[in-house]
Formats: sequence, structure tokens, C-alpha cells
Amino acid sequence: MASDSAAETLALREQFDTEAQQKDASTLGMWIFLITEVMFFGGLFLAYTVYRRWYPAEFAIASSSLNAVIGAANTVILLCSSFTMVMAVRAAQLGKRDALIWFLILTLILGAAFLGVKAYEWNEKFQEHHVPGPTFHLENAVRQGPAQIYFSLYFAMTGLHALHMVVGVCLLTFLIIEARRNRFSAAYMTPVDIIGLYWHFVDIIWIFLFPLLYLIDRHLGK
Amino acid sequence: MSGQNQHVDSATTYFLVFLALISLTVITTAVAYVDLGDFSVVVALAIATCKMLLVALFFMHVRHSTRLMRLVMVGGLLWLGILIFLTLGDFATRGLVGVPGR
Repeated sequence: MASDSAAETLALREQFDTEAQQKDASTLGMWIFLITEVMFFGGLFLAYTVYRRWYPAEFAIASSSLNAVIGAANTVILLCSSFTMVMAVRAAQLGKRDALIWFLILTLILGAAFLGVKAYEWNEKFQEHHVPGPTFHLENAVRQGPAQIYFSLYFAMTGLHALHMVVGVCLLTFLIIEARRNRFSAAYMTPVDIIGLYWHFVDIIWIFLFPLLYLIDRHLGK
Repeated sequence: MSGQNQHVDSATTYFLVFLALISLTVITTAVAYVDLGDFSVVVALAIATCKMLLVALFFMHVRHSTRLMRLVMVGGLLWLGILIFLTLGDFATRGLVGVPGR
């Protein structure tokens, strides 16, 4: 149906009165999805909070074993990608095709860089035997069990976040291809807008993951 | 044409928000090494919440969004609050009341 031309995508579907209403419906749908994602990650944040209350000493030692500088650098990379994403949305709003494509490519590169740094960090965990399992060993931790709980949560949360980043990178690739095929204009840029919301949401999740996993017990020392 | 994109923020606005986000990241990392006792959690989460609000209000255009959209967002956060509040309430008060058989 909606395959032949760019004009096709502009068409007002019959269930909507105006273009603005059609756009609002798409945005609302995305927000509803993001709310379900909030609850999804919320459960993990809650599990983290409960276990941290039960095993504060082990969580402090395990948390401090992470490299906060790398974590902060990765946060900066992700914030940069959010900035380029919002600039891409702005370019789309103004109908600037070339600027849109370049900002999307920049966002893609920054997103990939984030994943690269994350892979480096995970690899480090494997080498240091900080991956939960038979060979797990965390130096200075009296009880290894609770320390493994910390790292289980660490891998679950950063892993799930990274999975969202991978999905985001795929969506960005889709946007770049579509933008190159002149599918977007100032009058129709809903996919750019909606995927932008997703990208910023994934950024917000990391904004909370970073202090909770890397920073909170840093002052307690090694 | 113009009906769809009524609000186009300036690039300067976005850049200032971006600078604020970077500054807050530097601050939260630096302050983590200062011993604030139990308040280190409070400070870290307060800074994270500020960053979330900046991203949501400016980058996700919440400040231009409709009332229905805002209602959905606040409703979602309310459910998250119920999840956290009731669960932590349970864990915090478990020892207070004796349970027969335990």
C-alpha cells in the first residue's frame, strides 16, 4: 500500500481528522511504549535497590571495582549522541535533508562507540573473573555470593541497555536509508521524531545506571 | 505544512542543554569521591533526575507536548512509584511484625 512514493507517506489516514492529530497519535503510541519500558527497567532498578540494602558492604566493594572514568567517558559519548540526535530531528523539522543524514550518521557512530567501550569493559570483567559463575572471584570481598549478585545485576542491566542500543543503531540505519531515499520532509518526519524519542529514552536509562552502578559507593574507598 | 511542526527550538538552546548535561556528568563523577555518607545516594539521584528532566523537557520536546501526553508520562511515573514504594515498604517492615510459623 504505502510503498510507491514519498507523497504516499504524507497521506492522511482516514481515521484521523488532521495531520497534527495523526502525528500526535504516533507520538502518544511511542510514549505508551516507553512507559512499558520504564516499568521493565524499573523492576531491575528495584531489585538492585533491595539487594543493595541487604548487602551494602559487598555492593560497595563490587561497585568500586568498576572503572568510573571509563563509565563517565561513555556517559559523555551517549550524551553527545543524544545531542546529535536532537539536531537530526531539528534538521528534519526544517526539511534539511543533508544535515539530517549527517546528524543521523554522527549519532550512529557515537552509539557504536558507546557499544565498543561497553564491550571493552565486559571483556575486562571476563579477564578479572568478575563474571558470575564457577570461576568468579572478587578481591577484598568476604562473601563471594552477594558480590556475584551485584555482578549479575550489573550484566543484566548494562546488557539489557546495550541490547536497546543495538536496536537503536538498527533503527538509525533504517532512518539513514529512508532519508537518503527522500522519504522525509518538513511536512512528514514522524519516524525521525519517534525514533529520536526512543534514543533519548535509552540515554535516560543510562543516566540512572551510571551513578547507581559506578558511583554511589565510590567514597567508601577500595 | 506548518501544522505538524509548530515548535522548532534553536540550535543554541540544544547546545546549552547539552553543555549542562556534560557539566552535571562531570559534577556527579567528581562528587562521588567526596564522603557525604548516606547523602551520596541522594546527591547522585538528584543529579540524575535533573539530567533526566533536561533530556525529557528539551530533547524529547515534553515542554511542547500536549496535556494528554503529559498525563500519560505522569501516569507512567506514578505506576513506577507504586512499584518501588510498595516493594520497599514490604522489605523495610518485614521484621516489625511477628509472623506465626517463622
